[in-house]
Amino acid sequence: MIKSFRGGVHPKDSKSYTSGKPIETLPLPELAVIPMRQHIGAASIPIVKKGDLVKKGQVIGEADGFVSSNVHASISGQVIDVGSHPHPIFGKCEAVVISNDGKDEWLEGLPLIRNWEQLESAQLLKIISDAGIVGMGGATFPTHVKSTLQKDKHVDLLVLNAAECEPYLTADHRMMLEEGPRIVTGVRIAMKVLGVEKALVGIEDNKKDAIEKMTAAFAGLPVEVVALPTKYPQGAEKMLINAVSGRIIPSGGLPMDVGVVVQNVGTVAAICDAVTQGIPLIQRVTTVSGGSIKSPKNIRVRIGTPFREAIEFCDGFSTRPEKIIMGGPMMGMAEPSIDIPIIKGVSGILAIAKGEANTGKEASCIRCGRCVNACPMGLNPSMLSILSERGLYEEAKEDYGLFDCAECGSCVFACPAKRNIVQYVKYSKAQNAAAKLKEKRG
Amino acid sequence: MVDTTMNDKIFNVSMSPHIRDNESISKIMWTVMIALTPAALFGAFNFGYRVVMVLLIGMGSAVLFEYLTQKIRRKTITIRDGSACLTGLLLAMCLPPTIPFYMPAVGSFIAIVIAKHAMGGLGFNIFNPAHIGRAALMISWPVAMTTWSKMTTGVDVVSTATPLNILKQQGYEKLIETFGSAPDMYQALFLGTRNGSIGETSTVLLLLGGCFLIYKKYINWQLPVVMVGTVGILTWVFGPAGLFTGDPLFHMMAGGLIIGAFFMATDMVTIPITIKGQVIFALGAGILTVLIRLKGGYPEGVCYSILLMNSITPLIDRFVQPVRFGLRGEVK
Repeated sequence: MIKSFRGGVHPKDSKSYTSGKPIETLPLPELAVIPMRQHIGAASIPIVKKGDLVKKGQVIGEADGFVSSNVHASISGQVIDVGSHPHPIFGKCEAVVISNDGKDEWLEGLPLIRNWEQLESAQLLKIISDAGIVGMGGATFPTHVKSTLQKDKHVDLLVLNAAECEPYLTADHRMMLEEGPRIVTGVRIAMKVLGVEKALVGIEDNKKDAIEKMTAAFAGLPVEVVALPTKYPQGAEKMLINAVSGRIIPSGGLPMDVGVVVQNVGTVAAICDAVTQGIPLIQRVTTVSGGSIKSPKNIRVRIGTPFREAIEFCDGFSTRPEKIIMGGPMMGMAEPSIDIPIIKGVSGILAIAKGEANTGKEASCIRCGRCVNACPMGLNPSMLSILSERGLYEEAKEDYGLFDCAECGSCVFACPAKRNIVQYVKYSKAQNAAAKLKEKRG
Repeated sequence: MVDTTMNDKIFNVSMSPHIRDNESISKIMWTVMIALTPAALFGAFNFGYRVVMVLLIGMGSAVLFEYLTQKIRRKTITIRDGSACLTGLLLAMCLPPTIPFYMPAVGSFIAIVIAKHAMGGLGFNIFNPAHIGRAALMISWPVAMTTWSKMTTGVDVVSTATPLNILKQQGYEKLIETFGSAPDMYQALFLGTRNGSIGETSTVLLLLGGCFLIYKKYINWQLPVVMVGTVGILTWVFGPAGLFTGDPLFHMMAGGLIIGAFFMATDMVTIPITIKGQVIFALGAGILTVLIRLKGGYPEGVCYSILLMNSITPLIDRFVQPVRFGLRGEVK
C-alpha cells in the first residue's frame, strides 16, 4: 500500500549520478581536523593536548553533560593543534587536529567483539553514548538522548528513516544494498534499547532494489518495510511517522509524544558497529555529487577529512560550482570553501553547477498559492514571508504557526517569484527567540 | 588530472533550498496569454480585423504605462514579466468590438497606473486591474461600452445586441426567436458566433484555454467550476416562469461568465490563497452575478461580482486558513 502526506514537491531526484556506484573507501587524510561540536547540545571538552599521541578510536573530546556527545580520534597520529579551526556549520569552532602517522592503529582493546544479545538495554545505551553516536541524517541529535525513555512517555514503535528524500543523496540507499546485516542488527539493537516490539522501515519507491533487499533482510523479524511514494519531504520526521504509522505528532510535539523514536540508516549502522565491535563513530558514508563533480561517488570517509580530499577523490570539478553544499540541496548548508572538515552530520557533499540551481531575482509575492499547496505542515508560507518582511514576528508566531515550520524548503522550491521564504522564517524565529530572551531578562 | 583550483573565489552561500522549480512569474503570465490567444483570435474572426487593433492597443498601452510608471517612480522595470501585457489583453477582450481606439488605452491607464501600481504593484493590488479598467470605462462611456457591432459570422440571424441584452429587454421567447431555435442558440453560444465583447463569445475556446491552465496547475479547477455551477443552478431555480423553469445552459455560456470564471476570477493576486477560500469566492461571485443578471439594472454582472468579491478576499484569507498539521482541523 502506498502511503503519503498532504503537500510536498517533486524535485528532480538526480540520484542516478551515484545510485549505481558501490561505496568506495577514501584514503586516509594527512591531517584530520576534528571539531568539538558535531552534534546538537553542548560542545565536547577536548581531553588531549598538542603533542599527544592518539590512536584510532580514542576519546579526544568528552561529552559536556547529558545532551552532548563524545568525539573520537578517527586516525592514529600526533595531535598538532587544539584550537579554533574552520567548521562547516559554525564557521569556526574548537577542533583537535591530528597528523596522520600512517599506521592507522586502533586504540588498545579495539575492536572488541561482543554478543549484543546478552547485554541489557541500559548497557547498550551506555555503549551508544560512549561511542559518540548522533543522528547521521544531518540533524546530529545525540542518539543516546533520543533513546533514553522519559518517564511519562510510552514508546512502542521504532521507525527507521530510509526515505532519503533529498535529491542527489544515495548514501543510505547504497548502505541498504551493500550492508543489510549491519542495518538489521542496528535496528534490532535500537529496538532492544527502547524495549519496543515493532519497527517500521520507510523507503521511498524510487529505491525499489533497496525495498526488496530490506524486505528480505528483515524477514522473520517484527519489522515491516513500507514503500513510500517519492515525494519531498517524505523523510521529514512528522511526515514519515504519519505515512508509515498513521500517527500525527501534535504541533510543537516530538515523535515520543506519539510513542515513536526515529533513527536514520547511518545511525543504526553506527549503533551496530559500536555494540558488536566496540567501534565508536569515526567514519561515515556520504555522497559526493552534483553537476560540477567530475566523477560522483558514494564514499566511506573518516571524520575530520577535508571536503577538498573527498572532492579530489571524485576527480575534482568539471565546471566551476555555483554552490558547495553540506547535506542535501533542499535543507543542506551552502559552504564558502572546501577547506572544511567532514563531520558526523555530513550526509552529502554537493557541488551544484549554475544551471542546476534555477535561482532568480526575488520578486514580491503574487499569491499564487503554490507554497500553500506545497507546505506539508499546512502553513501559509506566503503570509509568513510577508509578515517577516514587515517585522510582524509575533503575529507570525501566534496566528500563522511560525514554529511549526520545519524549514524543509518545499515552498521556496515551488515559488515562481523566487522568494526566500525559509530565510524569512528563520529570521522571524530568531526575532521571536530574541524577544523571549529580552522578556525573561525583564 | 584532479582540479579543485576552481575555488579561488568564495562560493555562493545563500540559504537553502539550493535548487528550485523552473516556474517563474513570467512563465505563468505568458502561459495565461497563450491560453487566451485562441479566444482572442476568434474575436477577430467574429467581429472583423478591427478588433486586432483594439487588442494591440490594450496590450501595448498597458505595457507602456507600466514602463512609464516604474520609470517615473525609479523602480525596477518589470514589463518583461508579462503581467502588464496580460492585463491589457484581458481588458481589451472584455470591451465591445466597436469601441473607439483611444478607450482601451484609457482603460489600460486606469488598470495599470491606478488599480495596480498605486496599490503597490504586482502582488499588492486588491482588485483585478483589468476589471477595474473595464468598470471605469463602463461608468465613463456607458454608450460606447454597450454599442455592439454587426458580426462577420451569422450576421443575418443575430441582431446587434448581445444575447443577455435581448433577454433583459425583450424576454426569453424573443431570445430564442432571434437565434431561430433553442439548439441553434446553444450552438452559437458554444462556438461563439454571437454578439458580445471581443474575447468573451467562444465558450469552447475559452474552456480549452481554461483546461490548459488547469492542466498546467496555474489555476485550481474548483474555482471556475463552482462559479459557473452556481450561476447555472441559481438561474435554473429562479426561472422566468417560477421555480425550476430557468435556462441554466444559456446563462452559463452567455455574457462574460466563462472568461470571467476561468481567467478573471482566477487572477491569483486578487483571490484567496487557499482552495477552500477560492470556493467561497466563487460561490459569492456566482450568486452576485445571478443577482445582477436577474434583478439588477445591468444585463451582465460578472465584472462587478468579481470586483465585489475581490474586496472581501483579505477577509476570506484571514478566516479560511490551511489546516495545520498536528492541529486536527483547528485554525490556530
